[in-house]
Amino acid sequence: MIRLEKRPQPSRAWSLATPLVAVLATMVFGGLLFAALGKPPVEAIRTIFWEPLFGEFSFYYRPQLLVKGAPLVLIAIGLSLGFRAGIWNIGAEGQYIMGAICGAGAGLAFYPLEAFYIFPIMVIAGALGGWAWAMIPAILKTRFGTNEILVSLMLVYVAEQFLASVSLGLLKNPEGFGFPGSRNLQAYDSAHNAELIAGTGMHWGVVAALIAVIFAYVLLNRHMTGYHIRLTGEAPRAAKFAGVNPARLVLFCLGMSGALAGLAGMFEVSGPSGQISIDFNVGYGFTAIIVAFLGRLHPVGILLAGGLMALTYIGGDIAQSNLQLPAAAIQVFQGMLLFFLLAFDLLTNFRIAIGKPEVA
Amino acid sequence: MDLSAINPVLLIASLMVAATPLLLAAIGELVVEKSGVLNLGVEGMMIVGAIAGFATAVESGSPLLGFFAAAFAGAALSVLFAILTQFAQANQVASGLSLTLFGLGLSALMGQSYVGVKPPRMGDIHIPVLSDLPVVGPILFGHDIILYFGIALTAAVWWVLKYSRMGLVLRAVGENHEAAHALGYKVIRIRILAILFGGACAGLGGAYISLIRVPQWTEGMTAGIGWIALALVVFASWKPWRALLGAYLFGGVTVVQLNLQAAGVAIPVEYLAMSPYLITIIVLVILSADKSSAPASLGRNFHASR
Amino acid sequence: MKLTKLLTSAAVALGLAAGAAWAQDKTKVGFVYVGPVGDGGWTYEHDQGRKAVEAEFGDKVETVYVENVAEGPDAERVMTQMALEGADLIFTTSFGYMDPTINVAKKFPNVKFEHATGYKRAENVSTYSARFYEGRAVQGTIAGHMTESNIIGYIGSYPIPEVIRGINSAYIHAKKVNPDVQFKIVWAFTWFDPAKEADAAKVLIEQGADVILQHTDSTAPQAAAQAAGNVYTFGQASDMAEYGPKPRISSIIDNWAPYYIARTKAVMDGTWESVDTWDGIGAGMVGIGEITDAVPAEVKAEAEALIEKIASGDYHPFTGPLKKQDGSDWLAEGEVADDGTLAGMNFYVEGLEGDIPQ
Repeated sequence: MIRLEKRPQPSRAWSLATPLVAVLATMVFGGLLFAALGKPPVEAIRTIFWEPLFGEFSFYYRPQLLVKGAPLVLIAIGLSLGFRAGIWNIGAEGQYIMGAICGAGAGLAFYPLEAFYIFPIMVIAGALGGWAWAMIPAILKTRFGTNEILVSLMLVYVAEQFLASVSLGLLKNPEGFGFPGSRNLQAYDSAHNAELIAGTGMHWGVVAALIAVIFAYVLLNRHMTGYHIRLTGEAPRAAKFAGVNPARLVLFCLGMSGALAGLAGMFEVSGPSGQISIDFNVGYGFTAIIVAFLGRLHPVGILLAGGLMALTYIGGDIAQSNLQLPAAAIQVFQGMLLFFLLAFDLLTNFRIAIGKPEVA
Repeated sequence: MDLSAINPVLLIASLMVAATPLLLAAIGELVVEKSGVLNLGVEGMMIVGAIAGFATAVESGSPLLGFFAAAFAGAALSVLFAILTQFAQANQVASGLSLTLFGLGLSALMGQSYVGVKPPRMGDIHIPVLSDLPVVGPILFGHDIILYFGIALTAAVWWVLKYSRMGLVLRAVGENHEAAHALGYKVIRIRILAILFGGACAGLGGAYISLIRVPQWTEGMTAGIGWIALALVVFASWKPWRALLGAYLFGGVTVVQLNLQAAGVAIPVEYLAMSPYLITIIVLVILSADKSSAPASLGRNFHASR
Repeated sequence: MKLTKLLTSAAVALGLAAGAAWAQDKTKVGFVYVGPVGDGGWTYEHDQGRKAVEAEFGDKVETVYVENVAEGPDAERVMTQMALEGADLIFTTSFGYMDPTINVAKKFPNVKFEHATGYKRAENVSTYSARFYEGRAVQGTIAGHMTESNIIGYIGSYPIPEVIRGINSAYIHAKKVNPDVQFKIVWAFTWFDPAKEADAAKVLIEQGADVILQHTDSTAPQAAAQAAGNVYTFGQASDMAEYGPKPRISSIIDNWAPYYIARTKAVMDGTWESVDTWDGIGAGMVGIGEITDAVPAEVKAEAEALIEKIASGDYHPFTGPLKKQDGSDWLAEGEVADDGTLAGMNFYVEGLEGDIPQ
């Protein structure tokens, strides 16, 4: 009889090995899927994982990994703080949208003035926008005990409607011939989050993501708040005795993740994306939840997981174009990767035992 | 503006149709959540049900057979979620989101050859005399059979949860899985059954969209209805009859705002479209005074360590 | 500037290689799609155009596409990727790809770009769009004759110039043949949500509309009309012939094939240059699907005469005298609307009720 036994301590070896095992399993099953669709399996896998990193045009794709991965990492870092403490913000998509709207709105309010202080104001506005949107579930939770998973999720849809509204109204480009969407911030120097060194993909959002990783690492390992977060997640009752104020922790974690998601939205709208439009958001807020878990809620893990997700997106698009794989096949492939990563995580915390349980 | 153009009878009849896919998916998820499991993969299971039902109906010529296939496909997909969360102890939020991603991709692959195909029609029932009654006829006796099935299912789930032993066990597992386990109930087995039921219901809801409400197959056609179903469960505070009411309200907001537009009333459409979500939040706040409503073990995994 | 240089040199190298070797080498054509090819509407029809290019040129051409590409940085990356992989011509098929297309085109001066429905051009960027309002004029004419309740329902997506132009054109021509006609307009506020489109159609039918025009791509309104019985509809984007001969009595078909073939040919011949194309029925970009027998013969003849007149250029659907909704003058007797006004149209013509949502 095969049973699972909880390990007294999570296995370090397995926690490092499982991602690799999961990726290998995905390659096998993904390869089978591609073969079933009549595409060369080895070629497809190679295109997805190898081409962006070491292929002929990797000089272009490597920077793009930063562009695609940065918002995911930035949002996921914020979310992981809350997730560790058992505070579930799944509305990062909404906070991302509100951050982008506030950031872009603050910048466009100055148009066409050129001044050095405009971009910093936009950064603050973006962070505040995301923070304020996350404060709604936070305050409702601390005041009324309302479930933050559901409130934050609901607010995503509210934010999406609001985005459509400002794209068609408040922020619509007056010189855009009546089409929806704001002015392009890439064409407005003071508000443009340009590449810091051309050709590297490095923009302020990437810098912010890296800072966030370090900040989260220090916070969790060296700071009292980080200790409280971990304690609350692992042993809520002990946390109470240790004098953790749960309400303040909720406000801190939700506020932090909201502000980071807002920043991600702001850096995206002022940089790679350039404008507010009806379809501005592309699901980073939801994908970041997956990234947070893939990274085991650990800052460095999240950095790697964000890179892996970005890789499958970019490699997937290359495979579509070069091998004519349908987008749906890539989506299924990503789904498989996530399943395997989640499933094999089991081995970190549990041991597979064969035989009858000992009778205590 | 011409409000007299709005026919309240037809409005109610059509909002019942609009509400049915929501209701089916929400009732399924309600049972899942009552057992203490949060499955965010409703959208994924719905869309797989939508294409499975559509393809089966087209191939066999029988919409009813399509609905069976949809329920089966939804349940089959939910098995993945069950394996991940119940055996592999994976996080439920992440597993559910992955399931949605996977389901959207899978359905698009399955549906490649069904774009632009017209499915066989499922007729409305027609009861002589009753269906022809004014007012009552079109509202109560002029729909397709699945709509009635949705209402019957609501009643059945209500009865089971409230009066049957099975319902009692399910609630116990959702409230306190350790205690339920100590009493000798098979927590994992019960939760898996609940997840399968939820998957089947979501599949039915999806097929209702692709076979009756629209009816056609296009990629991504559920367009977020699965997420609204999740909201609806909370709105209903995990009570079946409130889910029915909520489904009519949620479906109704869309139908009513379209009616107002057609009648020439100038309304801010985006703000009205937000209203169901804002109302849900308000309901959540009001309900949170009543601590008993949400299953206490919701979203927490269970492993029998002893 | 390093990357730009690198990219440019790579592009030049590839471009030269392609240019020098095109006779024996394949011409590579890329397509960037905003939706899935299985959407049965907008993207589906662009992909039909791509297939037509393959059928036309066979071995001499290689086409590639990427579907479901979000507007913004993803679109920019996919375009760059296609250009790097040696595409000679790239069609970018959504309005939101406008700025990304211009950005990428700057880096690859030797690659030709074609952006659908936008207004920004460059040395190597053309724009193209279809005069769907010509098809709307035909629909309006048929709808004006067919309605008995004198109420025509119209399902709009978002209140943007493209959609407003269609409403105005349909209304003007419906009114011409039926002075009592009234339009009921419903905005779905979505590009794609079949369930909502179904609701919108049902609402319009319940409120007395017996002809439904739609500016959304799903067949949901067709099915709703069929269920309701005596309601007529028109196919949108694709022919939707499966709903004929009734309720679907005709359709507007996005027919990109002739344009895509012509532009690919131009690249092959080395005669490609940046142009602004806005073609209609005449050039075949706007196809009118078969008018079915559910339409009386004399109405059908009138509609076909109108198609003929528009195709030959003898008649412009926006010909004065026309007034704006507020009663102010827009076009004098015999005056024809200029393309600039049409492109940015954000007002209703006189007689339409209600406000355009802002």
